[in-house]
Amino acid sequence: MASLRDIKTRINSTKKTSQITKAMEMVSASKLHRAETNAKSFVPYMEKIQEVVANISLGSSVNHPMLVKRPVKKTGYLVITSDRGLAGAYNSNILRAVYQTIQERHKSTDEYAIIAIGRMGLNFFQKRNIPVVLNITGLPDQPSFADIKRIASQTVGMFADGTFDELYMYYNHFVSAIQQDVTERKLLPLTDLVAEKKRTSYEFEPSQEEILEVLLPQYAESLIYGALLDAKASEHAARMTAMKNATDNAKELIRTLTLSYNRARQAAITQEITEIVAGANALQ
Amino acid sequence: MKTIKVNVVTPDGPVYEADVEMVSTKAKSGELGILPGHIPLVAPLEIGSIRLKKDGKTELIAVSGGFLEVRPDKVTVLAQAAEKAEDIDVVRAQAAKERAERRLEAKQDHIDFKRAELALRRAINRLEIAGKR
Repeated sequence: MASLRDIKTRINSTKKTSQITKAMEMVSASKLHRAETNAKSFVPYMEKIQEVVANISLGSSVNHPMLVKRPVKKTGYLVITSDRGLAGAYNSNILRAVYQTIQERHKSTDEYAIIAIGRMGLNFFQKRNIPVVLNITGLPDQPSFADIKRIASQTVGMFADGTFDELYMYYNHFVSAIQQDVTERKLLPLTDLVAEKKRTSYEFEPSQEEILEVLLPQYAESLIYGALLDAKASEHAARMTAMKNATDNAKELIRTLTLSYNRARQAAITQEITEIVAGANALQ
Repeated sequence: MKTIKVNVVTPDGPVYEADVEMVSTKAKSGELGILPGHIPLVAPLEIGSIRLKKDGKTELIAVSGGFLEVRPDKVTVLAQAAEKAEDIDVVRAQAAKERAERRLEAKQDHIDFKRAELALRRAINRLEIAGKR
């Protein structure tokens, strides 16, 4: 049986850990709140651009390269993970999904490449010798569009110049504070455009082709940004839940430890009394 | 006086929303002036300013490209970055300008050159608009 002092030390250290996890839980909760606000302020932009893109590209017979499927020689995977761990299964879920998909779909490393957003993903792929063409780490918790503009436009550019023939995005979609779903989304070519009921027929200045030239890359880039905001909200939610579990576990542990501490203390007192009584009896 | 609703939205949130008398801006194909009742139109924008006439005064918004969607009662500007003249961070724009100039002088490969040139134009545009407020 552990000595009283050992148990006391363990109780203290567990208490300190639980204070830290509790603090991290609250930090994540406030970050989650802000991430949700960010995602909300992005909605009007996304809705509008979606509407215009659908209107223009479906309303005509234009064949912009970004809208057309082509034979696939190389596939790009854009994987969004976090920079730091301690977020439960947040990163492992997504990396497992990507890894399995790659194993199933491809035979050689020439057929695909990874674009990694977040350090956890970058390290994972590098360790397994999976080619990473672009990466960005150290994004702030509340990323602005300017933070990822460069990697987004490079990614879209790699599709445009034929490096990739299709592009998938992998990220955790935020459902609620306790649920985040691994999501695969085909980013390019753009195929999932939904037409609206009422269509406006626009005048184009200068021409439809030239507008699509500007519009489609901008649309694809905003899809990436949207996914990042979604993923950030999920990250904070996952971390919050993980830290809440850690705090709860620590409390449970402290409870059991306190119980065995008291038992040990009582046993020690009982023993002392027995010894005193025995000593007194011996003197009589 | 008839007015038209103007919305300027960026990925980071809405920037401007109001009813104005006239919108004028520079599109890729040239200057555009839009009054209420304009036919539906879509046009890509240059890096430049949007001038909004409202109650006899002119308000300025800096945009970094993007495009403009016009409907008879509504104008929407979708840009990757946009700021009202009074919200422009002059210090940051000045720093961006110097950075871009240094990069242009360093003469790296083609893509970096183009990017630096665009960054320089955006920075100059912001400074110009901030100077007019």
